Amino acid sequence: MSTVVETHDHGHHGPAKGLSRWLFTTNHKDIGTLYLWFSFIMLFIGGSMAMVIRAELFQPGLQIVQPEFFNQMTTNHGLIMVFGVIMPAFVGLANWMLPMQIGAPDMALPRLNNLSFWLLPMAFGILISTLFMPEGGPNFGWTFYAPLSTTYAPSTVNFFIFSVHIMGVSSILGSINIITTIFNMRAPGMTLMKMPLFVWSWLITAYLLIAVMPVLAGVVTMMLMDINFGTSFFNAAGGGDPVLFQHVFWFFGHPEVYIMILPAFGIVSHIIETFSRKPIFGYSSMVYAMASIAILSFVVWAHHMFTVGMPLAGELFFMYSTMLIAIPTGVKVFNWVATMFRGSISFETPMLFSIAFVALFTIGGFSGIMLAIVPADFQYHDTYFVVAHFHYVLVPGALFGIIAGAYYWLPKWTGNMYDETLGKLHFWLTFISVNVTFFPMHFVGLAGMPRRYPDYALQFADFNALISVGAFVFGLTQLLFLFIVIKAIKSGKKAKPEVWEGAGDLGLEWTLSSPPPYHSFTVQPQLK
Amino acid sequence: MVMPVMFSSHVFSEDSDYNMKVGVTEVSQSIFELHMLIFWICVGIGVIVFSIMFWSLFKYRKSKGAVAADFDDNLWLEIGWTVAATVVLIWMAVPATQVMVEAYDDAEGEINILITGHQWKWHYEYLEDEVGFFSNLATSQEQINGEVPKGEFYLREVDEPLVIPTNTRIRFLITGNDVIHSWWVPDFAVKQDAIPGFINTAWTNVPEPGIFRGACTELCGIKHAFMPVVVRAVEREEFDAYIAEKVTLAEAERLLTSKNWTKEELMERGESFYATNCSACHQAGGQGIPPVFPALDGSQIALSDSARHIQILMEGVQGSAMAAFGESYSEVDIASVITYTRQAWSNGKNGDGVIVTPKDIVDYKNRIDL
Ligand code: HEC
Ligand code: HEM
Ligand SMILES: [Cu+2]
Ligand SMILES: [Cu+2]
Repeated sequence: MSTVVETHDHGHHGPAKGLSRWLFTTNHKDIGTLYLWFSFIMLFIGGSMAMVIRAELFQPGLQIVQPEFFNQMTTNHGLIMVFGVIMPAFVGLANWMLPMQIGAPDMALPRLNNLSFWLLPMAFGILISTLFMPEGGPNFGWTFYAPLSTTYAPSTVNFFIFSVHIMGVSSILGSINIITTIFNMRAPGMTLMKMPLFVWSWLITAYLLIAVMPVLAGVVTMMLMDINFGTSFFNAAGGGDPVLFQHVFWFFGHPEVYIMILPAFGIVSHIIETFSRKPIFGYSSMVYAMASIAILSFVVWAHHMFTVGMPLAGELFFMYSTMLIAIPTGVKVFNWVATMFRGSISFETPMLFSIAFVALFTIGGFSGIMLAIVPADFQYHDTYFVVAHFHYVLVPGALFGIIAGAYYWLPKWTGNMYDETLGKLHFWLTFISVNVTFFPMHFVGLAGMPRRYPDYALQFADFNALISVGAFVFGLTQLLFLFIVIKAIKSGKKAKPEVWEGAGDLGLEWTLSSPPPYHSFTVQPQLK
Repeated sequence: MVMPVMFSSHVFSEDSDYNMKVGVTEVSQSIFELHMLIFWICVGIGVIVFSIMFWSLFKYRKSKGAVAADFDDNLWLEIGWTVAATVVLIWMAVPATQVMVEAYDDAEGEINILITGHQWKWHYEYLEDEVGFFSNLATSQEQINGEVPKGEFYLREVDEPLVIPTNTRIRFLITGNDVIHSWWVPDFAVKQDAIPGFINTAWTNVPEPGIFRGACTELCGIKHAFMPVVVRAVEREEFDAYIAEKVTLAEAERLLTSKNWTKEELMERGESFYATNCSACHQAGGQGIPPVFPALDGSQIALSDSARHIQILMEGVQGSAMAAFGESYSEVDIASVITYTRQAWSNGKNGDGVIVTPKDIVDYKNRIDL
């Protein structure tokens, strides 16, 4: 892929000054920046909650917080990390990169774009404010199983429901915008099968979001009715069915976990090809793999419910379908390895994070397969083994993908190279602490420690102390990341348009100046 | 990467404290073997994939002058590894299905036990003999708060374990009273959700006597971590004697209802009942945790409304965490805890001094039955 572009200086189209620039902006880069900062701030808020959890679990016994508050911490930590960090960060990256990768001036629906962002601070403002109300915030886990989240919930659950509704609207609007942009604004010559993989990953993710966010909205609405209007969707005493809640929730929930990983697949694919100096191996199989993962993700939901008492045929069906999803996932890993094979590899920070992504995400995939084996899941389910699994796919998976993408594109965004030495230091500290934190959780889980426990038996004490130390190091290390980002915004070696050696041939974004003009491509580039 | 693999092969040995419990039943042992099989297959795949990857990273370093080759696709390779992955998965699925069929069998048991999850304790009932009891955490609050040293079985001990006979097929019928709980005994590889309105089944057949400890594994509120499961398996004769004694005790309990109770006797019984069943929410001093759990000390109901007081204990409060205790406890227990809460703390001198006796509870029940 190679293009000829001219970028003129559109001084009169530059950003407005002051606060109104951010409040009223319809520019995809400004909105992308807002999303990314929002997610970064939420990372520290959700992270502090994790620190409270780990401080309490450092030793057996109750020392720092009471179970009531502990449950609020686990619940809000999960909700914030999923809906406030990973998802907005991906949308931020999409806003910045999609127009630049497909050769468009901006997103297709710029005003809608502004609205989708500004809904988020409202949603999380409401959610977090519940923590300061007399009855306390949501305390029923991020999966909010009924009837604990309905009949037995604090009345602040109504704020939680409202906030989930707003998040859902924001995600749906964002997805509509992304799909419209991808279908209508590609540069001439960019056929679907020539789209960059990050664009593909987001196209598929956006469809998943449109399909499942309404299901989430549906389930919280049913809760709202049960709590306030006397219906009995989930209330057994009124003829309802608490298990129905779980079916509906996980019909949303499992596609949701893939929403949190597909864009990361796209990002690391770009990074691995750039730093292996070799185009991605098996482009079309990468696309088909993502598409099959997305389709299969609709028929595996009950693997989260193996202990609710499904009939044998149901258990077996969901075991087989879940194992099936490991095939396209494995194919992606093989393709990344084949891309590195016989490349010319260098190890800049984005590449380090991507290599760690491939290795550690694979470990998360292995524990995923173990969990899919129903009889074995009877022993793993709702223990720290599951906590280890999903943290391996979400932290060194999704989050590393985001961090890698941030390092990869930061010079493009700011025009300045970040500090490579500090970047490497950030990587190694993060890599070591992430494993010290989450690897021992496998053992603690197998040994029998259930999840969402504020206190535990003495035999789990050693590993829990170790895990807490790892978690504190991990948390502190991310302050270094904040420093590196701010430093790169303020100063640094000037970046060339292609930033990375040879990247100029890999995507349209590298043909623009660094930093790029306010409206990315005012003249559509031609793909040769 | 090699490190965790080596470390895990050490930790994952059969007698390790940090691997899945092998357990004592046939099912738990098959599950353990299945778990190890899947684990080693994953390790195998990991070794292959990671060695190719790290060898490539090492061999094709740009700093050593590697030049990128010019290839980006290979259909046969793609087909090859897709097929290979499928074959490996079938290799896993076959034994998994076999163990699953073995574990999932809901034929009747010789002994049927109804297990009900309550916030936050387990209730066990032997269906054939119609006797039942609650099983509460036995670890003291002082140990939890770190005021006294923690005992060996910290958070894994109960006041009364479930007793089952060895070498007998036992069927558990598992349900929930309020929210969803989950009953787990790793040594039997039994984990089943206790869901209100549903009765799930699970079964076991324990070959040897012993004490087996488990936990609640579904988030059920504040004391989710404080409702352990303890099962004691004993020889058949010992079990029969145990049940016979339970039946006699239950009979004696029924007789107690007609006895004339003094205030002191009720107070004494009520105090211990309160400590095990009410203090989790209303707190030992009756101060509660407002606004979630109301204070009983100074509550209008406890001071001057004994009729409503009885009704709350018998029926619970719909749509709140206050359960209907009358369904699961004897008249004596209910009467004594009401009397206790009416006389304890400052209620004794500020209240109307009404004493509720087991007979009042019987009357209440008879009135409802009409
Ligand atoms: C799971 C927590 C929980 C437990 C255990 C519990 N309660 Fe309650 N109790 C509540 C809640 C919540 C309310 C408030 C119900 C409402 O009015 O909404 C309540 C209300 C009451 C009231 C009415 C108080 C008033 O002033 O309105 C009484 C009396 C009472 N409980 C007695 C008891 C007794 C006696 C026990 C032990 C046998 C007990 N409770 C165990 C949660 C609990
Ligand atoms: C090979 C692919 C995967 C397989 C086979 C798999 C399988 C499973 C299974 C069976 C469970 C349920 C375990 C239990 O509760 O007992 C589970 C839980 C979970 N998985 Fe995966 N998984 C895979 C990949 C992923 C990915 C890519 C993500 C997200 C990025 C993910 C996120 C989660 C989360 C968040 C949970 C726990 C949810 C909760 O109960 O709170 N998984 N996985
Ligand atoms: Cu899932
Ligand atoms: Cu529980």
